[in-house]
Amino acid sequence: MVRPPLRYHVLHETRYDYGGSVSLSQQQLHLAPRALAWQQVEEQRIDIDPPPAWRRDGHDAFGNPVTWIAFHAPHDRLFIRSAMTIAVTPYRPEQIEKSLPWEMVRGRLAYDAAAPRQDDLDALRFLFESAHVRIKHELADYAADCFPPGAPVLVGAQALMAKIFRELKFDPEATTVSTPVMEVLEKKRGVCQDFAHLMIACLRACGLAARYVSGYLVTRPPPGKPRLVGADASHAWVSVYAPGFANGWVDFDPTNNLLPDTEHITVAIGRDFGDISPLRGIILGGRGHEPEVAVTVTPLDETELPAPAGGSEKRQKTLTIRP
Amino acid sequence: MARTLLAIYPHRARRYDEMLADDGVVRPHWRKFYDHLDAVAPDQMRERLEFVDRRIQENGVTYNVYADPKGSDRPWALDPLPLIIPHDEWAGVAAAVAQRARLLNAILADLYGEQKLLSEGLLPPALVYGQHGYLWPCRGITPAGGVWLHNYAVDLARSPDGRWWAIGDRTQAPSGAGYALENRLIVARVFPEMFSELRVQHLADFFRDQQDGLAALAPTERDEQPHIVLLTPGPYNETYFEHAYLARYLGFPLVEGHDLTVRGETVYLKTLRGLQRVHVILRRQDDSYCDPLELRGDSAIGVPGLLNVVRAGRVVVANALGSGLLASGALMGFLPGICRMLLGEELAMPSVATWWCGEKPALDYVREHFDDLVIKAAYPSQRMDPVFGYELKGEARADMLLRIAARPHAYVAQELVELSQAPGWSRSHERRLLARPVGLRAYAVTTPAGYSVMPGGLARVATGINARIISMQRGGSSKDVWVLTEGPVSEFTMLKPSLGVRDLVRAGANLTSRVVENLFWLGRYSERFDDSARMLRVALSRVVEAGGQRTPAVESAMELAVHLGILPGEDEDGEIREGSEHALLEAIYDPDHPGSLASNIHSVMWSATHVRERLSLDHWHSLNRLQREQQAALKRHPTLTEAIAFLDRVLGVSSSLTGFAMDNMTRDDGWRFLIIGRRLERLSFLAQAMASFLRMPSTRGPGALEWLLELADSIITYRSRYSRPPELLPVLDLLIFDDSNPHGVIFQARVLSRYLERMERELDATSDGKLPDALRRLRAFDLGRFEHLQFSECRNCSPCADLAALLEELDTASGELSDWLAMRYFTHVSDVSRQTMAL
Repeated sequence: MVRPPLRYHVLHETRYDYGGSVSLSQQQLHLAPRALAWQQVEEQRIDIDPPPAWRRDGHDAFGNPVTWIAFHAPHDRLFIRSAMTIAVTPYRPEQIEKSLPWEMVRGRLAYDAAAPRQDDLDALRFLFESAHVRIKHELADYAADCFPPGAPVLVGAQALMAKIFRELKFDPEATTVSTPVMEVLEKKRGVCQDFAHLMIACLRACGLAARYVSGYLVTRPPPGKPRLVGADASHAWVSVYAPGFANGWVDFDPTNNLLPDTEHITVAIGRDFGDISPLRGIILGGRGHEPEVAVTVTPLDETELPAPAGGSEKRQKTLTIRP
Repeated sequence: MARTLLAIYPHRARRYDEMLADDGVVRPHWRKFYDHLDAVAPDQMRERLEFVDRRIQENGVTYNVYADPKGSDRPWALDPLPLIIPHDEWAGVAAAVAQRARLLNAILADLYGEQKLLSEGLLPPALVYGQHGYLWPCRGITPAGGVWLHNYAVDLARSPDGRWWAIGDRTQAPSGAGYALENRLIVARVFPEMFSELRVQHLADFFRDQQDGLAALAPTERDEQPHIVLLTPGPYNETYFEHAYLARYLGFPLVEGHDLTVRGETVYLKTLRGLQRVHVILRRQDDSYCDPLELRGDSAIGVPGLLNVVRAGRVVVANALGSGLLASGALMGFLPGICRMLLGEELAMPSVATWWCGEKPALDYVREHFDDLVIKAAYPSQRMDPVFGYELKGEARADMLLRIAARPHAYVAQELVELSQAPGWSRSHERRLLARPVGLRAYAVTTPAGYSVMPGGLARVATGINARIISMQRGGSSKDVWVLTEGPVSEFTMLKPSLGVRDLVRAGANLTSRVVENLFWLGRYSERFDDSARMLRVALSRVVEAGGQRTPAVESAMELAVHLGILPGEDEDGEIREGSEHALLEAIYDPDHPGSLASNIHSVMWSATHVRERLSLDHWHSLNRLQREQQAALKRHPTLTEAIAFLDRVLGVSSSLTGFAMDNMTRDDGWRFLIIGRRLERLSFLAQAMASFLRMPSTRGPGALEWLLELADSIITYRSRYSRPPELLPVLDLLIFDDSNPHGVIFQARVLSRYLERMERELDATSDGKLPDALRRLRAFDLGRFEHLQFSECRNCSPCADLAALLEELDTASGELSDWLAMRYFTHVSDVSRQTMAL
């Protein structure tokens, strides 16, 4: 059964009010979405005010679109609007129990002096420690009961996702962008970024490859209420390597305990948040104000939206959470 | 006839001896040198050792900011006996080092490009993707000329059978070439006859190759000259001495990250005269710190946006960003296979046997042969000292094995290397050779014709005869390395025996904004230190004279000191403090009180540290002595008389600093900023002091005008002009309006205006400040208004209030001028960039 793609319009606005004059500023933007087998970018643009003195567009080492901008004249605010129209084809795989046993996947990623397969080699980029994902044996211990001997890798990943969802409390106050994974594991609290980092760290500690995915989640206003502009937020989830299965990678959203399908819009893929933070910059001057970020995701064919997948109770949760 | 040096030289069979063959006979290439040593009289040798020590100390003083503040010394010492290597043997070593540099460069090209090494299984991905040193943002960048590795160093050791082995690769920002050069310049003068007789190859060609190699890669346009800078993490880095030494020798400006700025796709050096494009950055700081925008965001020493300039091919960074990756010892075992594939050659020099624990068979081997191995971190970013297997017992051993089992790919094991030994000269005996283990660090640089290898290098000497690790930090020393030649010795030298007209350097037009800013602050702080010492001496002397009485002079002097922020005005409860002796001592010795003399000494030292090379050793020492004295005094409650004596010494040092600045420093823009800083500070101090004096009722009492003259160091002038007790009108004239008095208000403002005008003319800038106006108004003040004034009677009279207001206006204008100078010439150097992040 082929289901039709769903189309969305996304508006991601970032506003810095520096509270003082900034004389030099350089920014790296991971705001333009990447095209994927299941995701078509119909339209996309980034508007910047004030206009930057210099701009360069390109791709990073993981294939994500990236934009660099620089300001050389004093300014006291910055506004960046990323707008896009995206079509997402349903991509949630069926029968994940048919994926390879996890030890076999781990074996394929271990070095044995022979030439590796290209897909394994690509996956190896996501097997090791990265700045936000330290690998400690406590993490393997934490994941151990999810990966009994012979468990299909995706079934194990699903069990791990469920465990993290069950044991972690969503709490935007508990962590910052630089909270280490081990602290998240200890506090059992955090936001979508922490859920994703913890799951990735556990998978890598088990010898499995896992990617960090940034993007947007379509949320739905409560029945009868209008959609609030800017009420959405950028989101993050995890992609697990399952060779020979679907696209080779299967997405898991540990913050919501579900396998993304048509309501997750991918912007970028990296080893962790650090590779693909939406807006990273260095400024000279100003007085340190936190940026205001507003994301609005509008389904373009509202009536065609299918009923929420999964248990209704869990779905309810996705409506109220902030990733 | 004394016994020969060999009589007590230890000969060990299990090590290779550089000087003695197995049969105990001196090797042919050492013969002449040994005979020379054997014949030198002990006195003469002692003189030579003293020469070495003196030279090293002088060099350290010239270049190393570490040389003093905390008394920490140069990182290592020099043994005057060179390590001698014959020509034919060196030819083999040099070819092998050049091949290794070529190989490592090819590996970097592959790992940041095609990655055939990974796709063909010749290198475990863990050693690339698993390393923090693999800089992902650099993937896909091809640097100019396909050169990633511009400077390479390799640590070599000689095994008992006489073969050389590579035991460590340095690909990040190899250090030590500057020390090798320094050692050479000293040792060649200790043994001048031997040096020429043995035909030792010179090092200058190597450094010229380095200059030429970098210049050839510089992405210059049209008629631009290559502008090459040496980037240092700054004076707090442990090899800063070498950075400064090499920068001067190579003729490259020594810069810190804050000196550079990226605009668009170009990187510039900020100088007093504007932005100057930079084509090549020879970096001595780790790559991950070089661009906080894309690499480590917490780096305060980087150049934001540098990576984009590299991407655009508009600057060469040497070594290329990302090259630190190859310093991993885990790579060594894979090099023979990689060499065959990438170069189609056999690896010429073996690496010490290395097992990377990430491979199962290697891990098993390591477990079985633990006692014969040394365990090291696989990745240079791990902080771990090498561990000898045989030293680990019981729990420590089990713990180590557990750690390896948990993350096998993070560990390597290497065979224990038995280093060769070479003779060194004993410092504690009259006439004795010691045998010490040595290792050799060899250097290669890129040139358009391939890698050029330094004919020599840095020999590193272990402390004890049984040492297995050579570490300069652990008290080892170094040696010059003499590579002999059979042909003629190249006569090229970078140290020209005589300079031509074209070589003449005049006062630096290339001063960086940072250097100028530091000089400006040195000027301000050293004046501030002088002013506060003078104020404190005035107050303290009154207290001592009054013998514990609160005389009017004591009251008024203490009150002014409080007004000027030199004496703490309030105690912790916010109460006005009784002007106690205790408060005075605190204001002198307590570094925690912000306006204190002690904190001013600290500020002077701090700013002097940053312009260290412009000060003389004497000044450095006298500043140091003051600080030591102040610290000692903190502990043992000095008397008031001792405190006055201390203040006298402070003022002595201060006046010698001033004399040095006026008499010995070259008159370039930097000097001008130093003087501007001084004048500005003195103007502000005098204007504030005079204004407060005029406004404070307590100064109407007896004795105040006397101490005011003393405060402005003008008492002698006054006495010689008017042989009568001080009166208000002539005092004001001398201290404010007399523009020949170097301690007068108008004198400061006038000199300041003159320098500013000249700078504005030369540097093309207009300050539109308020200083000239304020000065004009002050000059227009009618001093006649004080003619019939009885100062002791006056309370808030209008002449006093009006004059005070004019002085305050001048003080405000000087503050604004300081801010303007910072904005215009230092371009926010005091401002620190910070990272921003949005989701």
